[in-house]
Amino acid sequence: MQAAKLGAETSPREREGAAQEAAPVISIREVSKVFGQGVAAFTALDRVQIDIGQNEFFTLLGPSGCGKTTLLRLIAGFDYPTMGEIRLFGQDIARQPPFKRPINTVFQNYALFPHMTVGQNVGFGLEMLGRPKAEIAGRVDEMLRLVRMEALKDRRTSEISGGQQQRVALARALAPQPKVLLLDEPLSALDYKLRKEMQIELKRLQHETGITFIFVTHDQEEALTMSDRIAVMSGGRVLQIGSAHDIYERPTERFVANFIGETNFLEGQVQGGGSVALDAGSVVPALPPEGFAPSGRVTVVIRPEHARLVPSGTAGSLAGTVSNAVYFGTDTHYHVTLGDGSEFMVRQQNSRASASHEIGAPVGVAIDEGAARMLRD
Amino acid sequence: MAATDTPPPAPSLPSFEAEAQTRAARRNRLLTLPALLIIGIFGVLPLLIILVYSFLEAGPYGGVVWNFSTEAYVNFLFQADIFSDKLTFAPAYLLIYLRSFLFAVATTLVCLILGFPTAYFMATRPPRQRNLWVLLITIPFWSNLLVRTLAIMFIIRDEGLINSILMGMGVIDHPITMLYTNFAVLLGLLYAFLPFMVLPLYASLEKLDFRLVEAAYDLYATRWRVLWRVIVPASLPGIVAGCLLVFIPTLGAYVTPLILGGGTHLMIGDLIAQQFGSGRNWPLGSSQALILMAVVLIALFVYVRNTTGRTPHG
Amino acid sequence: MAKRRAPLDIKVLPGFASMAVICLLVLYVPILVLMLFSFNSGNIVTHWEGISLHWYGVALQNDEFFSAAENTMIIAVSATVIATSVATLAALGMTRVKPWKGLTAAFMVLNLPLMVPEIVTAVATLSFFALIAGKLGLNFGIGNLIIAHTVFCIPFAYMPIKARLEDMDTTLDHAAADLYAPPWKTFRRITLPLLAPGIMSGAALSFIVSFDDFTITQLVAGPGQTTLPLYIWNQIRRPMTPEINAISTILLMVSIVLVAVSFLVTLKKRR
Repeated sequence: MQAAKLGAETSPREREGAAQEAAPVISIREVSKVFGQGVAAFTALDRVQIDIGQNEFFTLLGPSGCGKTTLLRLIAGFDYPTMGEIRLFGQDIARQPPFKRPINTVFQNYALFPHMTVGQNVGFGLEMLGRPKAEIAGRVDEMLRLVRMEALKDRRTSEISGGQQQRVALARALAPQPKVLLLDEPLSALDYKLRKEMQIELKRLQHETGITFIFVTHDQEEALTMSDRIAVMSGGRVLQIGSAHDIYERPTERFVANFIGETNFLEGQVQGGGSVALDAGSVVPALPPEGFAPSGRVTVVIRPEHARLVPSGTAGSLAGTVSNAVYFGTDTHYHVTLGDGSEFMVRQQNSRASASHEIGAPVGVAIDEGAARMLRD
Repeated sequence: MAATDTPPPAPSLPSFEAEAQTRAARRNRLLTLPALLIIGIFGVLPLLIILVYSFLEAGPYGGVVWNFSTEAYVNFLFQADIFSDKLTFAPAYLLIYLRSFLFAVATTLVCLILGFPTAYFMATRPPRQRNLWVLLITIPFWSNLLVRTLAIMFIIRDEGLINSILMGMGVIDHPITMLYTNFAVLLGLLYAFLPFMVLPLYASLEKLDFRLVEAAYDLYATRWRVLWRVIVPASLPGIVAGCLLVFIPTLGAYVTPLILGGGTHLMIGDLIAQQFGSGRNWPLGSSQALILMAVVLIALFVYVRNTTGRTPHG
Repeated sequence: MAKRRAPLDIKVLPGFASMAVICLLVLYVPILVLMLFSFNSGNIVTHWEGISLHWYGVALQNDEFFSAAENTMIIAVSATVIATSVATLAALGMTRVKPWKGLTAAFMVLNLPLMVPEIVTAVATLSFFALIAGKLGLNFGIGNLIIAHTVFCIPFAYMPIKARLEDMDTTLDHAAADLYAPPWKTFRRITLPLLAPGIMSGAALSFIVSFDDFTITQLVAGPGQTTLPLYIWNQIRRPMTPEINAISTILLMVSIVLVAVSFLVTLKKRR
């Protein structure tokens, strides 16, 4: 139920607007997946509702066990939903076997065929589709060029490095020109530097091929930097769908705010006119999530970079004392204990102008205009 | 418009999934069926036939007469007096069973004493050498038992290698008779089944974590203490498996006592085979075969129950 | 003693190395002596007179030997082909699948030939064929031996195939299906080629156990169905010549070559 509203809630940014007005490529309708039966039953997906548009880089983000991989497997056809529909261009494909779906997957461990060469791997899908030999050969070369692997065409897959295997897996999945490309944590096995490189590479490939990418990851940074839109999942449910900016700046649930980046949670009482009287002693304007009418007690979320330390007693600021300061080079994190005992973190850029604050010093915390957001829970 | 939009009736998803699973299960059963049929008809059914045979009367020229009788089992321990029909205790068969049992136990023990150090030594070699050792032990494992028994016979006969060497050195002037003795049978069994002990022992010793040994030495244990308190307990599953793999085939040994025992040092296997010669007692042979099988299956059952009970804790 | 322990190698236990060498000698000296005497030029089995291939020539000119070898090959090849085929199918139906009802029982049946003592199998099979010959008039000739061998070859073929399948990654099959390969093509292009080493070593083991079998063959074989082990057995009971050593050596070499090859194949694949 909750999930149903979420699709409509995303802010009308240009790209998404376009994606949603045009018919979605993939449309997940009320999909549930239950493993086992009776007492042993486990709900891996709970009425998931997602629309993914043409040429979109869409990310399923969440901790392990949140259902993101299960959802990917349902889209690929390796498993069937217990309820709901998976529509590809409006047609329900939930019951189709994987080999009938124009959807390809890049597997977490790449799953390259060890008894075939790089070229044979890339050509496999086209071969299965019964394309003429000449076309396959041309397309294999084209794909290998795309992922910059032309030189290794005749190598065995066991003779190339992890990063190269990753590229071959990509080329293999892209070669049959699928409508949708699924990527199951494809970067998790790579080291940091290679991962950064592949992130850029993936964005480039998506841009060049114009294929819809559905990317699964538990790495929030990866999700934020690469995605057009992100669906944050937890416990089999989709909690929020939106652009990286939306998810980060306007989280609607505690889990989302907590999972992505660092956050301050402050408790308070809703007052009229879109403001909240914080327990820590100040009234701040705060917007509720769309379609949510808050009343009574509510949690407000404020990102650490949207607050500043001001001299103690400054009007409209929250009074507190500095309990800890951690220096990070470009910025310093100040931990402030507020009047009601809650902890608040302020991230302050280090510049010559900014004053440093001693531990134990009384300070005021000023919150930027429009930075506070009410949470749904 | 509405009519064209109506999707064709599809099965509901849960039943669709259930159907897919049923189909998969049916396909997997079908794949397994040929193997099961072959073993069922030509492996299990024959066992049922000798079960039936064991309760029939012996035919005059071998085979069976289809009359119910428990004679085969009674005859195992007793002999009917021809004149008075009185049953007297006749331990001949029992003695053969006892002898086979003793041979099996002795073979198992000697194999363990020889096999354990060997397996340990193999497990402590560098990987390349280890593979060579495994290959060297595996080759006899898969080599023709009859030929290997023959090879032993060449070694121990009166004109064989051992006697020739000893006589050549002047240690003895008459060959020592070894062939057709209990010693010959025991040696043959040991030779035949030694690899069956070494390979499972090696498999469990190879997994031994030598940091445990290190820790034990660190705690002032002596070599023998380490062996008894650390290494042997850690390789216990391998020891049990190895003993079983030697004990079971030794108990039912047929070729080895036949060739090296010279017809006088019979074991159960030879006894059973004899009963199936022409003019012999098939029901008796069947009952003896079933008794042997029962002993083996009980041993296996106890083993399986102990190992499966142990793993979750270990 | 305590003083010498300074450079202590914790893995070394005193006497264990010599025990290992003794074991190896025990296992190999008899075989090597037997092989050596097959090159003896004299006609007494135990007295060395000089090196020659004479007895191999005698063996190879012997019609009985040839017919025994022919029977052995017919039986071993047929049993291997049937056993390996059905064992492969069974392994596919029983490994990497959602457990189906009766799976455990099926597994036990499949391994039954390994658990029943060989002599029991031998007399039971003998009784079975005697019964169907007597009651139904059925006698498959050498087929009797092929059937008997197939039964005990199945578990030997099954084990390495199952082990190989268990090591295989199911995502490869998923990847093939994802790339538009229907189940049959996935099997032919992905599963089967990757399973091949397991099937090969299963077939090799089947062949060896069938090729070498004596006990069951001796009891089940009808007149004229002499195999190589039976031929050797018949020779033992006559005055022996080194011909028996030559034939024995040939038999041993078949096992050694097959074991070594299948060992090396699995070793290579594991790397």
